[in-house]
Amino acid sequence: MKRGGVERSAWLAYAWLAVFFLAPFALVLKLSLSHTTLGIPPYAPRLDLSQGLASVVALVRDLNFDAYGRFVSDRLYVDAYLSSLGYAGVATALLIAIGYPMALAMARAPRGAQPFLVAAVIAPFWTSFLLRIYAWTAILKPEGWLNLALRSLGLPEVQLLNTDAAIYLGLVYAYLPFMVLPLYAVLERQDQGLLEAAADLGATPWRAFWTVTFPMSLPGVAAGALLCLIPMTGEFIVPDLLGGSQTLMIGKVIWSEFFQNRDWPAAAAAAAALTATLVLPILLHQRLQARTLSR
Amino acid sequence: MSTSPLIRFEGVSKRFGDTAAVDDVTLDIAAGEFFVLLGPSGCGKTTLMRLLAGFEAPDAGRVLLAGRELAGLRPHRRPVNMMFQSYALFPHLTVAANVAYGLLQERLGRAEIDARVGEMLALVQLEPLSARKPDQLSGGQRQRVALARALAKRPKVLLLDEPLGALDRRLREETRGQLKAIQARLGTTFLMVTHDQDEAMGLADRMAVMRQGRIVQLGPPAELYANPVDRDVAGFLGEVNLFPVPGGGWRAVRPERMILSRDRPALADAWTGEVQAVAYLGDRTHYTVRLADGAVVRILQANTSSGPAFARADAVWAAFAPDAATVLDR
Repeated sequence: MKRGGVERSAWLAYAWLAVFFLAPFALVLKLSLSHTTLGIPPYAPRLDLSQGLASVVALVRDLNFDAYGRFVSDRLYVDAYLSSLGYAGVATALLIAIGYPMALAMARAPRGAQPFLVAAVIAPFWTSFLLRIYAWTAILKPEGWLNLALRSLGLPEVQLLNTDAAIYLGLVYAYLPFMVLPLYAVLERQDQGLLEAAADLGATPWRAFWTVTFPMSLPGVAAGALLCLIPMTGEFIVPDLLGGSQTLMIGKVIWSEFFQNRDWPAAAAAAAALTATLVLPILLHQRLQARTLSR
Repeated sequence: MSTSPLIRFEGVSKRFGDTAAVDDVTLDIAAGEFFVLLGPSGCGKTTLMRLLAGFEAPDAGRVLLAGRELAGLRPHRRPVNMMFQSYALFPHLTVAANVAYGLLQERLGRAEIDARVGEMLALVQLEPLSARKPDQLSGGQRQRVALARALAKRPKVLLLDEPLGALDRRLREETRGQLKAIQARLGTTFLMVTHDQDEAMGLADRMAVMRQGRIVQLGPPAELYANPVDRDVAGFLGEVNLFPVPGGGWRAVRPERMILSRDRPALADAWTGEVQAVAYLGDRTHYTVRLADGAVVRILQANTSSGPAFARADAVWAAFAPDAATVLDR
């Protein structure tokens, strides 16, 4: 009976994936194989089901890989793509460096205090993501709160808005809960007796951390890194609001192809390529997890 | 003891909030001894051991190892190793890496570490499983990895926290023998904590019975068993029959020192009674006998013929010889 329950919930998950991921993704794929036209919507061919099966054949015959050709040949796309991965990669490293000590402190806090600390990490979600990032512009702008504070302390002012530093700040701020929570989940479960055993065997607290706590928390590090890296690579709001006009991120490129150039196939091709590369690390992660579980 | 002790607890106390876990304990343990702290849970025996390992600091008194005071020395600097009750094996490391862990902290050479790990795994007969992870081992195998890991650094003292508690009965008896043999072979001082009197008596050279943070009696198992200081200790170390003495106090007689017969024995302390229950244990039979005055006594008899000598509702005499009784005041 329990087995049946597990299978049913697995099918639910697959159905969910099919309806909310695979179907939209198929539409994006089809769009990426189309070509632009003047009109609404600004692409062709379109599926006209009143013509029956013949229209499907006509549709397929009319699809091509031109958008992908442009994607690969145009330096802009490739550069935006690589620089997005770069921003997301650096931000992920920063998130681990900042999120790990936070999660560790939460996991080692008194039991009674832990629910409040978790609530504090989640609290920012009660405000819209867009609003929170927008609020940062008020802090970082030349006459913003940051410089007001610096000036009142007699310190030199800084110009952060529209710089890479502001993008990293925004990314780290926005994605910190996604790093802290999976890390907290694994660290909170760790048996403190293992640290006593390590100390008993002669390990300093520092050595005990690097030989016991950290290696045992790697699944949490991987989960947190994936949860942050993937959406950050396609991030649009943070670079758009905090980064300068020269900031090159694939999310911004997709947005401007879609809304400014009205080149929907190009935007769809960029999005499809992004999804394809980001699915790779997820699959890798799942394989690793399956291997650990089967043991 | 002619030589100075290896371990010395000197008026040691430790409180947790309002309760005194360890209350003014003074205790010497000699090098090479197999010493057991015995007591019910919450009696302070584990705290006393953790004070030696450095996981707790005493509120009063001193803990000395080989004449050196340990105060202020963090656990990783103390030359003692512990075998934890739940084993606390590192789940992400193989058996060999678990055993090597303590040696790596000493920054020994690779060759020496490998040699020592091999030696330890041979000692506990786990060489074929050296590449396994702890979750691929049985409970008994994990117990042996924990033992090998704790012994690998050749500690002056090995601390064992309920080492057999997680094993089933048969494995416990087998492992008890192995523990004793390993201790004899290495000559390491073993300090063990347990709540199981069979385990304590089967292993200890000397043992201390603890109650409410204090040591109530100290000595070799046979001495404690034969001459307990009070009824509590007598009862904790095994079954005991208590016969009130008219002037106050009790005479305590162990079940195996009682005599059960059909005819009146030539002893002053003899009573008629009726067998109420018979438990046949193979080599012995355990009888519950109700005496004429209503008191219930327990008697253990070796089986010399097949089957129990008496049956339920048999009329019998229960007696004991004068030298079988110990007088207890409290």
